[in-house]
Amino acid sequence: MSKITVAASDSLEEADPLDWPNAIYRVLKQHDVRQMSYVPDAGHSRLIELFRKDPDVVANLLTSEEEGVAISAGAWLGGQRSVLLMQSSGVGNCINMLSLATIARFPLLMIVTMRGEWAEFNPWQVPMGLATEPALAAIGVRTLRADTPEDLVAIVGSAAVLAYGADQQIAVIISQRLLGVKQW
Amino acid sequence: MVNPGVGILDRRAVVARLLRDRQDLLVVTGLGSPTYDVHAAGDHPGNYYLWGAMGAAALVGLGLAQARRDRTVLVVTGDGEQLMGLGGLATIAIAKPANLVIVVLDNGHYGETGMQRSHTGLGLDLASIAEAAGFAQALTVTDQAGVEALAQAIKEPASGPRLYAVKITADNPQRSLPPRDGVHIKNRMRAHLGLGVS
Repeated sequence: MSKITVAASDSLEEADPLDWPNAIYRVLKQHDVRQMSYVPDAGHSRLIELFRKDPDVVANLLTSEEEGVAISAGAWLGGQRSVLLMQSSGVGNCINMLSLATIARFPLLMIVTMRGEWAEFNPWQVPMGLATEPALAAIGVRTLRADTPEDLVAIVGSAAVLAYGADQQIAVIISQRLLGVKQW
Repeated sequence: MVNPGVGILDRRAVVARLLRDRQDLLVVTGLGSPTYDVHAAGDHPGNYYLWGAMGAAALVGLGLAQARRDRTVLVVTGDGEQLMGLGGLATIAIAKPANLVIVVLDNGHYGETGMQRSHTGLGLDLASIAEAAGFAQALTVTDQAGVEALAQAIKEPASGPRLYAVKITADNPQRSLPPRDGVHIKNRMRAHLGLGVS
């Protein structure tokens, strides 16, 4: 049951560094992730597509991000690992629900794409972008920030071990600089 | 009846009936009175009691039902708790878990906070919402015959998720308190299912 594989460091050996969604997908598959929940985001579109096509993973489309925190807890009760994908604005929707993960030490792996911090054209994205990491820290979720694709793949592997192995609540933060400027 | 949102059924008697001869049933409870009701019917390692995270119960049930397709997962929650997770009914409807049953103990009030009226007490119909969302079955249960039919329905296979709004009296029976340690009850359920406990 406790299959812990640290394979993140070699995950980019043949890969195009711009193909980090595929590399992350492979890392999460190595960690036997069986459920994935998400609110759509442009930065996560490839990863969402990869999981949705995977017959061994149940993908739940959410109306709001906090639903995925509860689904992750239920999945763990039943013996499955899950991952929750969202944009930084969704972190604000999750705060009270995260008390479930922190007080009961449910393994939680969130992967958060940032808005509002790098070459952002939309002022409405800025407040939650500023609040994302402090809000997660305040409720007891550790954040691990990635600024390059290479770091990101290694960080997802590390975060998966911390979550599923050490019962931690982890948010991997994908910086907006890594994602690139949104074409408008 | 002065308030159409309030029923005549006794919440403890309803829950005790639904959990009688529970066999392989896994149960997730919504915070407040439903947690006490399920505990009063008999503590069990197949119960996960929520003491917070309002709006989580049905979705914890979804994750569990998706992980264990071989078991029926019964969520027992209240109208206020389910109303906070109303969007979750849409998520559950499209996920279509055939082994998930949501029982909303609906007294039309927020019992834990001083019996203020809820949306269902002011006319909102949870079963109709679930039906419109695409649940396989969604009914309002108002009498003992309906409770008996529900107890039977839980044991039968379905084509998708089901929701039952059970109209109960608006009172607060004496609290029956399960463990508040979320880690303990998590590991207890995992051990019950033969899973590793960390």
